[in-house]
Amino acid sequence: MKRIIVCVKPVPDPKEWDKVSMDPETKTLKREGIPSVINPLDKHALEAALALRDLHGGEVVLLSMAPPFAQATLREGLAMGADRAVLVSDRVFAGSDSLGTAEILAAGCRWISDFDLVLCGNSSIDGSTAQVCSQLGEMLGLPNVMHVTGLELSDEGKLSITQKIESGFVQLSARSPIVLSVRKELNKPRYIAFTGILAAESKEIVTLSNDELCVSSECIGLGGSPTKMAGLELRTFERKKEKLEGTAEDIVTALVEKIYQCGVLEC
Amino acid sequence: MDFGFSEREEMLRKAVREFAESEIPPKMEKMEETGEFPVELMKPMAQVGIPGIITPPEYGGVGMGYVARNIVLEELGRICAAFPMSLQVHHMACAALMDFGTEEQKKKYLPPLAKGETFGTVGVTDPAGGSDVIGMKCTAELKGDKYVINGRKCFITNSHLSDFWIIVAKTGDGPKGLSAFIIDKDTPGAKMGRKENKFGLRGANTGEWAFDNCEVPKENMLGAEGQGLTVGLKTISETGRTGMAATALGILQAVYEEAAKFANERVLYGKPIASLQAIQLLVAEIYTQLDICRLLNYRVNWMKDNNMRCDTETSMAKYYTCNAAVEAAKKAIEIHGSYGIMREYAVQRLFRDAMVTVPAGGTAEIAKVGIARAALAPFKKK
Repeated sequence: MKRIIVCVKPVPDPKEWDKVSMDPETKTLKREGIPSVINPLDKHALEAALALRDLHGGEVVLLSMAPPFAQATLREGLAMGADRAVLVSDRVFAGSDSLGTAEILAAGCRWISDFDLVLCGNSSIDGSTAQVCSQLGEMLGLPNVMHVTGLELSDEGKLSITQKIESGFVQLSARSPIVLSVRKELNKPRYIAFTGILAAESKEIVTLSNDELCVSSECIGLGGSPTKMAGLELRTFERKKEKLEGTAEDIVTALVEKIYQCGVLEC
Repeated sequence: MDFGFSEREEMLRKAVREFAESEIPPKMEKMEETGEFPVELMKPMAQVGIPGIITPPEYGGVGMGYVARNIVLEELGRICAAFPMSLQVHHMACAALMDFGTEEQKKKYLPPLAKGETFGTVGVTDPAGGSDVIGMKCTAELKGDKYVINGRKCFITNSHLSDFWIIVAKTGDGPKGLSAFIIDKDTPGAKMGRKENKFGLRGANTGEWAFDNCEVPKENMLGAEGQGLTVGLKTISETGRTGMAATALGILQAVYEEAAKFANERVLYGKPIASLQAIQLLVAEIYTQLDICRLLNYRVNWMKDNNMRCDTETSMAKYYTCNAAVEAAKKAIEIHGSYGIMREYAVQRLFRDAMVTVPAGGTAEIAKVGIARAALAPFKKK
């Protein structure tokens, strides 16, 4: 395998999620002051790429569409073991929906070129659309498979893919190039080794703007996105309150009934 | 003056925190019950680079220095202080070999330590002398081309986990009458004794060794004959006390987090107790102590990384941080009220762990004697 591209997205640290707020005007997340991490499922995608490279050779390239601060997040991916990174960053990309994002990532993949495999996480914890992988595959004219829970490459270059579906698993066979998005059951991402941190300091992060990618403005940004945020509401969770009345016996009977109805105990 | 951490150091902190938060909590209940270290975690720690952090790359380590080591130990201590306690003594063995070992000794003993194949350990304290190092009774008598060792070592961290032991024993009289040796644990006459049952730092193995006519070849001497006091004190001062201070710093960080979280969650009189001044004063004291100790810790490790003499500073960092961790944990218990003395709440464990750091690696009083000597020296009349 010559080259694997892993799409990574910086997202707000899930541990600080309670500090994230919504801008009621733009209906976007306000992330200032909240540290970013690699989207958790993208880490599983990266681990899969690194495992394939460790066994079969080749190069692992990170690709991210994000503002310039994403350099620090990409540096983490390089510390995990990726060989180099490409950050596509431009103000004109801001506000792109999943289709616009897929257009931009497709352009990034073409710029990197000569790849055998594109790996993504199934979804991001902030947007959660789970659409980019399939859209990316279509734009690159490549087959794509989501919900990957198993992945192996034979010496003859055949990919064995396990895909989770509602009622079980499907075993697929494919040849590269192909786009895959992965679930967390696929693997356990490796921890960053200290030697990886030192090595990452000399690995390349190339930043590209739309001047290099030349994606049509009709397809990107807020104006080029067919889907727009219609509304936003914050869900609040309050305790359900119900007062049971009657004799002590009536109350106990009703309470036991409620406990079974709520599924706390099985009948 | 730049008090910030570099990008490398920030990434290191994040990497260790992720490892510690995932791998350590599932082991803690058993550690508290049994007092045993989860040795199965040594290999994953070695894959990350923790045991070899100060060991140079040519001997299998990472060679990132003491500030990096402090970050690692602090982050481990934030989750479970038994881990930095064990690892800082492991690093003491690495440091003793790096500073005083022959090339053959370094090539033989440093790589397995860096790869986590065994635990490092250094035994100086014997029943006759902990603070009184020169008063130790463990002897090493030269007979032919071997040293014959007799005596005991006690309160030794990693005593039962290591394949080889570094000890200091008497080869003569006075300060130049101590020498250091590397002893393989299977050497006839060397025996692991009792394991101690501590009330804190459960999981950091502490025990004793006994030597009965244990014969050790001359080439197993570490450093020169008569250099044992220097080997022991330099290792304890620069690597041991900084490690103990880092352990206590991790405990302090955990204490602050527990106290602040509880204060914001516990509601009395219709509002969180964090709104009450009595609680705020306690939290402010904990927070200030944490910052003071962080500055003391990182300053001394910066000095070590820059090859500056720092024995006074290591004593200050060690005694002050360990005592501050105890005081802060006590305040955190008070913030928790009766919940603070219940096993389900972390603050009681943090208090017990902090208490054990106080005498370990040198008492506060011994540290202050050394600090006073340095403080008084500039004004001493000739």
